Amino acid sequence: MIQDLLLTAPFTFLSAMAIIAMVVDALIKNSARITFLFSVITLIVSGILAIGTFGHHGIGFNGMISGGGFSSYFDVLFSVGGLLTIFAARSYLQKEGIEHDEFYSLILFAIGGMMLIGHSNNLLTLFIGIEIMSVVFYILSGYMRSSIASVEASLKYFLLGAFSTGFLVYGMALIYGATGSMDYGHISMNISRGALPLGSLLPIGIALMVIGLSFKAAAFPFHQWAPDVYQGAPTIVTAFMSTAGKAAAFVAFMPIVMVLMPAAPAKLQMTFAVLSAATMLIGNISALAQTNIKRMLAFSSVAHAGYLMMGLVSGSQAGYSGILFYLTSYMFMQIGSFIIVGLLERRGEEHLQISDYAGLSKKYPVLAAFMSIFMFSLAGIPPFAGFFGKYYLFSAAIDAGFLWLTIIAVFSSIVSVYFYIGLIVKMYFNEPEKEMPDTEFGLSRISLFITIAGVILLGIMPSGILSIAHAIFGHSTH
Amino acid sequence: MPHTDSAGLLLLPLFLPLLGFLSILFIDREQEKAIKYVTLIFSMLTFFASLPLWFMFNDGLDGFQFYTNISWIPSLDAGFRTGIDGMSLLLVLLTTFIMPISILSSFESIKKKHKEYYAMLLLLEFGMLGVFVSLDTMLFYVFWELILIPMYFLIGIWGGKDRIYAAVKFFLYTLVGSLLMLIAIVWMGLYAKWLPGGHFTTDFLILKQLAPGIPLDIQIWLFLAFALSFCIKVPLFPFHTWLPDAHVQAPTAGSVILAGVLLKMGTYGLIRFNLELFPQSLHLFAQPLAWLSVIGIIYGALVAMVQTDIKKLVAYSSVSHLGFVVLGIVSVTPEGLQGAIIQMVNHGLSTGMLFLCVGVLYERRHTREISEFGGITKVMPKFAVMFTIAMMASVGLPGLNGFIGEYLTLFGSFQSKFLNNPWFSIFSASGVIFAAVYLLWMFQRVMFGTNDNPKNHTLTDLTRSEYWQLVPLVIFIVWIGVYPKTFLSRSELYAQTLVGSIEKTVFGTSAYPKIKAIEVDASAVKKAGH
Repeated sequence: MIQDLLLTAPFTFLSAMAIIAMVVDALIKNSARITFLFSVITLIVSGILAIGTFGHHGIGFNGMISGGGFSSYFDVLFSVGGLLTIFAARSYLQKEGIEHDEFYSLILFAIGGMMLIGHSNNLLTLFIGIEIMSVVFYILSGYMRSSIASVEASLKYFLLGAFSTGFLVYGMALIYGATGSMDYGHISMNISRGALPLGSLLPIGIALMVIGLSFKAAAFPFHQWAPDVYQGAPTIVTAFMSTAGKAAAFVAFMPIVMVLMPAAPAKLQMTFAVLSAATMLIGNISALAQTNIKRMLAFSSVAHAGYLMMGLVSGSQAGYSGILFYLTSYMFMQIGSFIIVGLLERRGEEHLQISDYAGLSKKYPVLAAFMSIFMFSLAGIPPFAGFFGKYYLFSAAIDAGFLWLTIIAVFSSIVSVYFYIGLIVKMYFNEPEKEMPDTEFGLSRISLFITIAGVILLGIMPSGILSIAHAIFGHSTH
Repeated sequence: MPHTDSAGLLLLPLFLPLLGFLSILFIDREQEKAIKYVTLIFSMLTFFASLPLWFMFNDGLDGFQFYTNISWIPSLDAGFRTGIDGMSLLLVLLTTFIMPISILSSFESIKKKHKEYYAMLLLLEFGMLGVFVSLDTMLFYVFWELILIPMYFLIGIWGGKDRIYAAVKFFLYTLVGSLLMLIAIVWMGLYAKWLPGGHFTTDFLILKQLAPGIPLDIQIWLFLAFALSFCIKVPLFPFHTWLPDAHVQAPTAGSVILAGVLLKMGTYGLIRFNLELFPQSLHLFAQPLAWLSVIGIIYGALVAMVQTDIKKLVAYSSVSHLGFVVLGIVSVTPEGLQGAIIQMVNHGLSTGMLFLCVGVLYERRHTREISEFGGITKVMPKFAVMFTIAMMASVGLPGLNGFIGEYLTLFGSFQSKFLNNPWFSIFSASGVIFAAVYLLWMFQRVMFGTNDNPKNHTLTDLTRSEYWQLVPLVIFIVWIGVYPKTFLSRSELYAQTLVGSIEKTVFGTSAYPKIKAIEVDASAVKKAGH
């Protein structure tokens, strides 16, 4: 038992703290300040715990939960994402007048759910993790209670999300029926042994699970919720959902694909390849037409799900390492750009049109420079982090024989450059059309500097994260 | 084998501009003067730091010199691998030489956002030097793309009326080519991995050894992916349409750098990758590429002839002049290659100077329409001398640099085994005549005749700063024209060795490299070996 707890220390600690934070909320009035500090400390401690448990691979709680390596890495990533979010959230929530006490504990719960996804070694724990995360997201997207768009986003997300959960759980049930187990290890063993009595259920089960997870990752054709929800939700929540949330979806995807891939490798690869190509094309082409910056970033986040899927297509160590690296760099560049969007936003949805960014470099040269770096990185221009993510995923896809997919990816990147640098055109080359709002940076500064440092350092020195990725996947794919 | 002696000498000029860029970021934006002079000083330091390369470079050594190999991303076997040979030596020095001049030329003409402007110039210099010294495909690609960012801002922020259109067009055009090149780079790395016992690598020297083993049908695609990227950059007809827009809209310094150095990245890439890696595919595509260059030479000249804007005229003349460079490259003869390399330098000097001269006129009149001028010689005599030299160098007057380059490329293409068709040279030679027509005609309309536009009566002659921007260029224009051996001898062995290895791959035998070079080579290796 002690062993099990140690193995999952980052996750269990964080969950316990999240519950305490909830209680503190209920007992103390105006506790936002306290829960904020409490969450910061919690996230830092669980991040450190995760680093500490990195080398201790193992399975605990009767095979339900795994620890170390893969899960520890993503524990750290989710903690970092959480920290970046709540540092920036403080001033944003105050500005929008929605700093209710429970925000920070909700974020903790969401991260708890994400960590559970990373730690799961069983379809049931995976399901619980996904649900914990999703329920928090439903609440958070409607957090701006006075805004119709926010409430609509929340409701839409909830309805569609509940529907997709149905697919997911049905798929799990069929896989259980086909393989006789919920445990990743047993499923994998039974698939490789072959001759399953109800084997015909397996492909349907796999298909349904892929649909459910694609929904969470906002991949085509299950991406339609993303633009509305990302636009309607409070900006800082969008930042969190579109990065940590997407990461969680792929964290769920990776072990599942590793386990299920041997059932029908060629078919699954092809499925993912088609999904990936369609996702990046639809995402990028739709983003071209957007005038609202949050909507543009939402579609671009759909496109990035497409790039990430290239890693699943390859199904190789290099592919999974690529996903890991890409998720890490995506975390920095996407949260960073949403923080800037949030900083410039004013109560009541003003200043969210791309045209409102005209001449930003005049009043805020540093913000404009940072935003440009995030945009270049999202577009995959070296020497920023986004480039190496793409390089890695492209090379994994070509190595797996999917040259055509890489060529589509290249062309869709070119499309994407048009709207990413379109924003830079606005910020630098155009004159301001209206008064720039004054803004209170507050603690957002910390998040901004961490994200920009992340984007540049991961771009110049990618080898650190890559060697961690190799340590993780070299261990689990061989 | 690469030579690692005094490798630090190469890293110093490479990183000085980056250091300058970072220091500019920490200067307060109000301190305009400090920003200007810090930039100038850093670019001058870079130039002086690059001079030892010129003197320490050993003409007789085969292979790359000042070679560095520092591990960067071990899992991809990507390294910080840099080094130079005879060709890159010339281009590195061209870059470090042109930069201080273009920075000086911006002191008066740039009137907003000084901090960003000078920071971008230094970043650009870092990127350009990086392209010319990288011996690792990953590093090369990073530098190659790094250039897009400062150039995009230079055109977009400080450019003319249609700057946004030009900047976006420049960015997208270049990116289309380079992303296809990226696929080729990745594919080659994977090829190294697919070989028995191999691993992924981006080491140019290893890839160069492996490249001949790639099946020809795949080689062709790789060749095309690289060639497209480089031909867009050159720009070769029909990929040239971004160039006039970018040139006309860019500020003077931007045009000087664009013409002087950036376009050479394309021709450099053609030699470094297409020639060195894929000789067999080159044999298939040499003729089509030569036709495109010939069309470019004639088309560029004809379009230049009808321009009413001086800057646009010079821009189209670039299309024409770079046709010669590509023609020299695909001729795959030592003369042709040497001519191409020296013509890269020449074009940088003479077209750079022409753009500076156009800038001088624009500063005074804020127009570049030929019809607005006339009889300028009378009011600006000093300027008239400089403009004449630049124009004559560009025309290819014997005794000035342009003649040497054009002569060698035509000579090379005439006797080329790859092209095997004298018509290439005959058609291209007409480009020289056209150049005389459009440049002299423009010159006559701007500088001679009666000065009957009242706005032109009071024009001031060259200021001291402008004068000193132009003089260094004149020195080298004349030097190359009169005694080109100083420069040709640096790249001679490189050109001969390359032609020799290509001919051996394609035809089985080759007369190159000539014995003389090998003798020098052998003794030098002994010396370097200690």
